Amino acid sequence: MELEKKILNLIEHDAKISPKAIATMLDETEEKVKAIIDRLEKEKIIIGYNAVINWERVGDDGVTAMIDVKVIPEREVGFNRVAERICRFPEVRCVYLMSGTYDLSVVVTGNTMKEIAWFVSHKLSTLDNVQSTVTHFVLKRYKQDNFIFEKAEEDKRLVVSP
Amino acid sequence: MNDMSKYVSRVVKSIPPSGIRKFFDLVSQTEGVVSLGVGEPDYVTPWHIREACFYSLEQGYTMYTSNQGLLELREEIAAYEKRRIGIEYSPAREILVTVGVSEAVDLALRALVEPEDEVLVPEPSYVSYAPGATLTYGKAVPVQTYDVDEYRLRPDVLESCITPKSKVLILSYPNNPTGGIMHRRDLESLVDIIIKNDLIVIADEIYSELTYNGKHVSIASLPGMKDRTVLMNGFSKAFAMTGWRIGYACGHPDIIGAMTKIHQYTVMCAPIMGQKAAIEALRHGQAEMKKMVDNYNYRRKMILSGLREIGLDCFEPRGAFYCFPSIKISGMSSEEFCEKLLLEEQVAVVPGNAFGASGEGFIRCCYAASINNIEEALARMEKFLNRHKK
Ligand SMILES: Cc1ncc(COP(=O)(O)O)c(C=O)c1O
Repeated sequence: MELEKKILNLIEHDAKISPKAIATMLDETEEKVKAIIDRLEKEKIIIGYNAVINWERVGDDGVTAMIDVKVIPEREVGFNRVAERICRFPEVRCVYLMSGTYDLSVVVTGNTMKEIAWFVSHKLSTLDNVQSTVTHFVLKRYKQDNFIFEKAEEDKRLVVSP
Repeated sequence: MNDMSKYVSRVVKSIPPSGIRKFFDLVSQTEGVVSLGVGEPDYVTPWHIREACFYSLEQGYTMYTSNQGLLELREEIAAYEKRRIGIEYSPAREILVTVGVSEAVDLALRALVEPEDEVLVPEPSYVSYAPGATLTYGKAVPVQTYDVDEYRLRPDVLESCITPKSKVLILSYPNNPTGGIMHRRDLESLVDIIIKNDLIVIADEIYSELTYNGKHVSIASLPGMKDRTVLMNGFSKAFAMTGWRIGYACGHPDIIGAMTKIHQYTVMCAPIMGQKAAIEALRHGQAEMKKMVDNYNYRRKMILSGLREIGLDCFEPRGAFYCFPSIKISGMSSEEFCEKLLLEEQVAVVPGNAFGASGEGFIRCCYAASINNIEEALARMEKFLNRHKK
């Protein structure tokens, strides 16, 4: 269990780290590390791998919005059914159940603001049980999933020192 | 330009130029260098510590402190040393806050060493001790340590270097440049010799938090050694605070008092911004420090296995953030190896002889570098070795 957690911690920070490197760091064999990662993937403990990309740098001006959604919960299933339905839309990146003044926080990406507006008015608001939505557009990303967007902190140390 | 060097004091002239400085100039002129030549953490000081300094500036803490340092800081240091090595030092009389361990070393040598006194310096050694001894008109006496002993100081070797003039022994473990440490039994084997020969120990424990698999043992904590030891520690390595210039010395009031006398007339006090930051580090810095140490440990294992894979012999360093492999298979001297490696593959490592003659045949590789840089440096070194292996 401890070993699994250590492996997960390393992968969470750098999904590209090789099983061999993990094995060296944790004093284990490469085979054992591979087997554990395989199992974690099969059991959906590791759900998937993503890259964090600064799309602006390749001239892509995609739009991201965070939408606060108020929902009337259903008997037996609460918010789950509607949340699961929202998850199915490919433009939806994240869905969270929230405490506070609204219920679901939905992160959506699209090519233009219009595209997102259309998604909200035609797809999201029209779902049964969705009471209201408030859409916030992201203007600039500074940090995401541990990574700082603009200039990564460069190494300011002298190249050789005692 | 006039030659003014005749005005420079003889003792300063007698100190050889630093081997690291020379190599630094060479590296600075090279493009695209991957450096394992650094002697400091690759982390920036944790944010909460930096933030505590901003706050203190906002509050207007921009003045001198007492010569010994802020009492609040000395109290935190006392509590920390109690936790770290189990010794109680009085914040009022036994602790002095200094401008890095660097200043503490200088003060202790000046407070203790008289002309002709001998200072025993286990080698390979951090670069400051021998010049520090020379500047007080004392004499630095190298005491060899060996890679087969994992660079632990051996009692028989120590004893063979002692003369009636021996006064101070430097113990700097975990060690820069080797990464070697002293276990309790290794330290115990020195105590009788130290007491019998009436030596004072300067224990530079700046890397003690960076001890992997096990807990650091301080010579000061062994029976009969507290009064004989001037303990030094600082924030540079463990808390990634090299630029803040804060360290401290703990010891007997007579010695700390003497050091304080020099300190008050030469630097007055350590900078207050750094002292405020150091308080925050000791109060709330444990968790971040632990994370950094865990990461150094990962990288330690990576680089050690990598160096061995490309054919360099290396003992397992158990402290600090250095590996000290032998370059025997290249058939080159340390300097030749480092210069060629830099010119041909743009990798910077430090020649072992910069840390004393006994470092010849070895190089210091610092693994306070990103995993990517470590892997890149190893790949380039492998190419280099394949060309030059004897
Ligand atoms: C063994 C040793 N002592 C002391 C120092 C200097 O520490 P400080 O930054 O506290 O002056 C260093 C820095 O490289 C070191 O390696």
